[in-house]
Amino acid sequence: MTTHTSTAARGGDNSSAPARRPRQSPHRSSGLPDWVVPYVLLLPGLLVIAALLLYPLYQIIDMSFHKVGLAQIKAINPRPAEFVGVDNYTHIFESDLFWPSLRNTILFAAVTVALTLILGTLVGLLLNKLGKKMSMLVIVGIMAAWATPPTAQSVVWKWIFDSDSGVVNWSLNLVPTWLSELVFGVSDWSGHPWFNSTITIYFVFVLMVVWGAFPFIAVSVLAGLKSIPSELYEAAQMDGSGPFTTFRKVTFPLLKPVFSVLMVLSIIWDFKVFTQLYLLGGGTVNRDAFNLSLWSYAEAFSNPPKMGIGAAIAVVLTAILLVITFVYVRQIVKTEDDIR
Amino acid sequence: MNDGLTRKRLGRAALNGAGIVVFLFAVFPVYWMISTAFKPNDQIFTTEFIPFPSPPSLDHISRVFTKGVAGHSIWQYLLNSAIVAVSAVALGAVFALLAATAVARFRFRFRTSFLILLLIVQMVPAEALLISLFTMVKRLGMYDQLIGLVVINVGLTLPFSVWMLRTFVAAVPKEVEEAAWIDGASRFSTFWRVLFPLVAPGLVATSIFSFITTWNEFAYALTLINDQGKYTMPVALQFFVGQRSTDWGGIMAASTLMTIPVLIFFLLVQRRMVSGLVAGAVKG
Repeated sequence: MTTHTSTAARGGDNSSAPARRPRQSPHRSSGLPDWVVPYVLLLPGLLVIAALLLYPLYQIIDMSFHKVGLAQIKAINPRPAEFVGVDNYTHIFESDLFWPSLRNTILFAAVTVALTLILGTLVGLLLNKLGKKMSMLVIVGIMAAWATPPTAQSVVWKWIFDSDSGVVNWSLNLVPTWLSELVFGVSDWSGHPWFNSTITIYFVFVLMVVWGAFPFIAVSVLAGLKSIPSELYEAAQMDGSGPFTTFRKVTFPLLKPVFSVLMVLSIIWDFKVFTQLYLLGGGTVNRDAFNLSLWSYAEAFSNPPKMGIGAAIAVVLTAILLVITFVYVRQIVKTEDDIR
Repeated sequence: MNDGLTRKRLGRAALNGAGIVVFLFAVFPVYWMISTAFKPNDQIFTTEFIPFPSPPSLDHISRVFTKGVAGHSIWQYLLNSAIVAVSAVALGAVFALLAATAVARFRFRFRTSFLILLLIVQMVPAEALLISLFTMVKRLGMYDQLIGLVVINVGLTLPFSVWMLRTFVAAVPKEVEEAAWIDGASRFSTFWRVLFPLVAPGLVATSIFSFITTWNEFAYALTLINDQGKYTMPVALQFFVGQRSTDWGGIMAASTLMTIPVLIFFLLVQRRMVSGLVAGAVKG
């Protein structure tokens, strides 16, 4: 945060730059004219973005209106794709998988974003209150969770929830039988499977993604809290404000920009989780557990491949995300003076 | 007064207690991964709870190196991952540095448009481009080649790298460069001998993020590579899962080995990651 702030301060006009601007002394005639330089510097990066992000974005839209199969994607003599209009879209909207995967995508994002933000904020507030040693310990701990690669996360959580030797089933067996029966309707947890039904897959999935994502929120909230001048809290305390009121009236309004960015980033990340779901659900076997990303992948890379249909699903996903992104971009443009 | 003191102590104890709970929740899965990697099989496939490997065994660690999985030692997969990540980071760093210098040092037409473009393309889900990049890679003859993954990862990481690096470039006072320029240094040597050394720490931080992203990348590595000898680590991991049973000791050993470099890098740059991601959101 400080990096950026100092940037803004230094970029301002009140710098102590020498009055003699170097640009006005063209003592070297060699080289490019000044106005060309930024474009030359920008060109390689712009080409990469155009070729690897913008063109594919166009192509995915184009493909979603075509029938693209094996004959169209082979390396030698590909056949031209047949234009099918909106057939791919009608196909997906009428598919049995559309509503379940849309529901899974949205419900998962809603629950995960809410839990991540709540837990992350609470941990951020906690870190701000803890003593130095204790907060260091907790930060190192949450860093370990944050740093674990998504693939490693998935296999570890799968192991923790393993039916025979998983530590979760072991601990649930410690619960007295009558209580377990009363609360869960299960008396013996030995061998209880977690990855057979959509609802329990998603339970583990949510838990795992929240576990991996709350550290980022916590550290960001902590950084935001550190930037609030302590006088404000002293004043609030003097006015007899309790901790909850202080949070609502002082902390939250001041950190609102942080929260809105964190929320949009979380929504965007949680809307398209692929790796963890692919690994938890055992690939594309469990169709009920599909979200839009996984469904798109499953259609496009099925046998035979239905790339056009996969592309149409990807377009729907991207369209939803771009609407959310619009909110984010507006927020950034509003808060970053540097961008204008 | 005594009462207030007791309450304060109780409050502190409650906070520390909450801290411990958060710590345990965060650390347990990581601990469990490492601990399982060092347990002999009879301590893994049991219905008992065995908190520590006793005694620790290096069987799984040595087995994933010697016997490996899917016909190759995990050296091969670690090497493939490293090749892809290092090449993508090196290429990406050059592009990112040039572009970041352009937006941080110059005012020109389309500057704002470029920055907004960066924000928007960062948000396009990589998973959505999978299909079209797959056909593109295939057409260019880069399917089943590590070079294909390198190119894709450069594209996936570039927008964020430029976005983050520009704040580091902007943080270098303009006067330093101007002084060199007045002293008669050429444009290139001003950039290379004055700006570059000052931006280098930022470039390292940015590169570490790209490294982690590329190292962890799964979806493209899964679809663009078919030859088992060219798998990257994240893809190779799933081959420990068998039809009937899973080699939990092996998969945990491999996961641990894969996590170590990321963990080290993470602790090095965590502070900058936060400032990079929420740059500008807080006015401090």
